[in-house]
Amino acid sequence: MLERLHSNKRAQILLGLLIGIIFGFLLQKGGVTYYDVIVGQLLWQDFTVVKVMLSAVITGMIGVHALKSLGWVELHPKPGSIGMTVIGGLIFGLGFGILGYCPGTVAGAVGQGEIDALVGGVFGVVAGATLFALIYPRLQSGVLRWGSFGDLTLPKLLGVHHWIVVIPVAVCLAALLWWMERAGL
Amino acid sequence: MNWLMMERWSPYVVGIAIGVLSWFAFLLSNRPLGVSTAFARTAGMIERVFRGERVRDRPYYQRFAPEVGWGWMLMIGIIVGSFISASLSGAWGLRVIPQRWAEAFGTLTSVRLLVAFIGGVLMGIGARWANGCTSGHGISGALQLAVSGWIAAICFFAAGTGAAMLTYVVIAQ
Repeated sequence: MLERLHSNKRAQILLGLLIGIIFGFLLQKGGVTYYDVIVGQLLWQDFTVVKVMLSAVITGMIGVHALKSLGWVELHPKPGSIGMTVIGGLIFGLGFGILGYCPGTVAGAVGQGEIDALVGGVFGVVAGATLFALIYPRLQSGVLRWGSFGDLTLPKLLGVHHWIVVIPVAVCLAALLWWMERAGL
Repeated sequence: MNWLMMERWSPYVVGIAIGVLSWFAFLLSNRPLGVSTAFARTAGMIERVFRGERVRDRPYYQRFAPEVGWGWMLMIGIIVGSFISASLSGAWGLRVIPQRWAEAFGTLTSVRLLVAFIGGVLMGIGARWANGCTSGHGISGALQLAVSGWIAAICFFAAGTGAAMLTYVVIAQ
């Protein structure tokens, strides 16, 4: 559906900007563009980040799978491997904890006026991405392929229809949020 | 329109709205929400300023061309959207040192900026190494039930917790 819109480059540039503005507005209103809130989450004191992410995952998961059932959208699960996803994820996490923002929230933090997010964050992340581009040829045929599992999804892994996974995962995540509220987190 | 001027919204309202926004990203743009590719393209654009079109010889920039597209505009949009939100609520302001940092490590600008830069470099390497960030893997990957997304999200928060605990529980004491 909407293939003509998808391949219209100018429209997509505008849509990217529009979706980004809404995304940035929401991140700021959620408070997750603040260093103190993100570090509070990583110290397990303030659960705002987890509450935002899990409610986004529950809502997004149900809606996107419903759109997929209607044949209106295609999924784009990213391929991964142990060498890529686990090692990269751990390096990312270290940087995330030291900087106190992630790539989306660092952009939002810049928008609300945080200089440490601009000078440290944005310049640092771009420098890091440059370094990665330099070493990429050596990693590409080595560690990034180690333990590859491709673009596997949980329904494919379990060999079941996607709703068999979506519904219990949504229920478990909602129960986790409910429990967090009850525990006063 | 008072709600637009509120400083904070419920995290559940924000999360649900981001989830709905992801439906539209799939439907209208055939893409999951994700931010870190934009930083890789920016890196390529900056290198192109110094080295010209030779930058396209790098295998990584053949995969992620240093060009302005949907994802790059998404990043610019986030800055604009956050600016609008913070301006409406009066939260906008130039700040260098976050409060929590100041309480533990003082208000020396150079120290905070240096540490933030080191964190940013590691995060930039990690985001490209893992091929995604908190939004691309943690939200979009997880909501598609991608195995890569769930593993990455767990690693992000495990190592992030380690780094934050090291900073505030070990070093700050």
